[in-house]
Amino acid sequence: MTVQEDVLVNIEHLSKLFPVGAGVFSRSDTYVHAVSDLNLKIMSGESVGLVGESGCGKTTTGKLLTRLLDPTEGKIELNTYEGVVDIASLRGKNLKKFRQMVQMIFQDPYESMNPRLTIYDTIAEPMDVQGIGSITDREERVAELLETVGLAPAASFMFRYPHELSGGQRQRVAIARALVIAPIFVVADEPTSMLDVSVRTGVMNLMRELADRLSVTYLYITHDLAVARYMCDRIAVMYLGKIVEWAETEELLHHPQHPYTRALLSAVPVPDPTFEREPVEIKGGISKPVNPLPLCRFYERCPRADDFCKNNDHPPLEDKGAAHFVACYKV
Amino acid sequence: MVENVLEVKDLTMHYTTRKGPVFAVDDVNFHVARGESVGLVGESGCGKTSIAISLLKLLPDNADIKKGQILLNGTDLIPLAEAEVRKYRWRRISMVFQAAMNAMNPVYTVEEQILEAMQQHLPDMSDAEMDEKVDALFRLVGLDPSFKDQYPHQYSGGMRQRAVIAMALSCDPDIILADEPTTALDVIVQDALLKRIRKIQGELNMAMIYISHDIAVIAEVSDRVGVMYAGRMAEMASTEAIFHYPIHPYTMGLMSAFPSIVGEKTALVTLPGEPPDLLNPPPGCRFNPRCPYATDICKEETPPFKDHENGHFAACWHPGGEK
Repeated sequence: MTVQEDVLVNIEHLSKLFPVGAGVFSRSDTYVHAVSDLNLKIMSGESVGLVGESGCGKTTTGKLLTRLLDPTEGKIELNTYEGVVDIASLRGKNLKKFRQMVQMIFQDPYESMNPRLTIYDTIAEPMDVQGIGSITDREERVAELLETVGLAPAASFMFRYPHELSGGQRQRVAIARALVIAPIFVVADEPTSMLDVSVRTGVMNLMRELADRLSVTYLYITHDLAVARYMCDRIAVMYLGKIVEWAETEELLHHPQHPYTRALLSAVPVPDPTFEREPVEIKGGISKPVNPLPLCRFYERCPRADDFCKNNDHPPLEDKGAAHFVACYKV
Repeated sequence: MVENVLEVKDLTMHYTTRKGPVFAVDDVNFHVARGESVGLVGESGCGKTSIAISLLKLLPDNADIKKGQILLNGTDLIPLAEAEVRKYRWRRISMVFQAAMNAMNPVYTVEEQILEAMQQHLPDMSDAEMDEKVDALFRLVGLDPSFKDQYPHQYSGGMRQRAVIAMALSCDPDIILADEPTTALDVIVQDALLKRIRKIQGELNMAMIYISHDIAVIAEVSDRVGVMYAGRMAEMASTEAIFHYPIHPYTMGLMSAFPSIVGEKTALVTLPGEPPDLLNPPPGCRFNPRCPYATDICKEETPPFKDHENGHFAACWHPGGEK
């Protein structure tokens, strides 16, 4: 995959806070810092993996990038054909236009489709909303995409309903729907985690092939590092709303530097009974970033933490050479 | 001769549905020796959980064991009445379920729930002995006994799963069935739990059946592995043989379809098609429509599940892809 040098998405100081326990008449002073001061650049044509455990903020980040959620702070710049726009401040017409350029693929192919719409209506809906093409154009385009995602012959799928398809086929429909209006950026949130192995590989291979062929840029959200390795050029590891490490995929897997990434990598089971994994150094589970203290988010679980970590703010994400970014004072 | 705690012979279980019978478990044979951990792996709907609930005879109303034997220490559970089976369940064979929150009663403390199981099945034990035992179980699964008077919702996911394991171990069963016990957990918590399960199983020299869809998890916890496909056992062998020298084309396909974070990054090979509908499974070998080596015989006759070499069982007419 060739990585072009231009930045497609530039995320700066992005934050999303959710109030805890606020009601209609009461404001809350407790917040979950789901995404906090996140900085990330996504190059045009590359696939970036956003990896972390449940509750680390990866899905919230995906929703912010597609403007399904409004950010609390920060900016998200998208480099469109018509210049750079800040996604965070889009309104009305401009927001609708933005939706044509950015699409999302969801985790659950059973929940993400309207059971009353045929496959044709499901895939053609984005064109309908955006007012693209005549009926015949749309039919042609839907047929073309069905074949592209491996649901051939298209005519035998077009007028079926989602419940008539298997999970793998539905996820292919979801991919077709996301690509039908030729977006430049696709956020895929765990698109294969509900699928069985023998079906999952087909969907992963399809997404990779389409990324190359249609030069789509992906943000691939997953908890599974093995899947991220297979799908992504670069991987960002998230922990409690922060990116703690960020590098090219093989560099990250072979030379992990942040203690959290190291623990995560040695905890992943390996499908080879003779392989000896390194012992995991950290204990316990992930907590919730509710009004977090101004120190490293990983402090409590970190095997290397000392007083310096305790008395300083969360470490900045710094380039440690070879475009390998790490947010840790001890690296 | 190794002593077998459990022997399953020709087990066949069908569900009756409005659309007709679902052939969920078909002629499945395997055994588990004392102190041995057997992994059952397969995709959703392959029959692995159906086997587990058959072994415990916790069947829903529409499920029927059509034939076969489930020999637990030599006693066949299938003809036994429910009252008889209860003497075995939990005491001799116990189970850890996937959703730990649903496996526990939210209005009782964790301690009360473990005690309840013991009072039911170990009537001769004194209260003091039971208290001691609960503390010992907590330490065994890696929980601090001071948490025992808390309620399940006060536990994290990993702690709850440990508590359920403690409960399953409370009556010193001969064999424990673990159905996807770590699936809902994050990797770091999962890793700690897998290590703990493996340690306990070794220390107590207990037999275990570990069910999972994840072949990497199965590689970690099993001495032998059974690979299931569409209600049948496709292949069964030592863990190393299954991962390094699989001979059933389905197992071979699974191995090359599973990504790993170690080793060279290789292209993953896709198995064509999807698992069959068990309302209407294909005749002959159920894998034949997806198999690259299938010939006429595969479409007509069910391959026998037989020993190909030193306990490496497979049900295939062309093991290893040979003609």
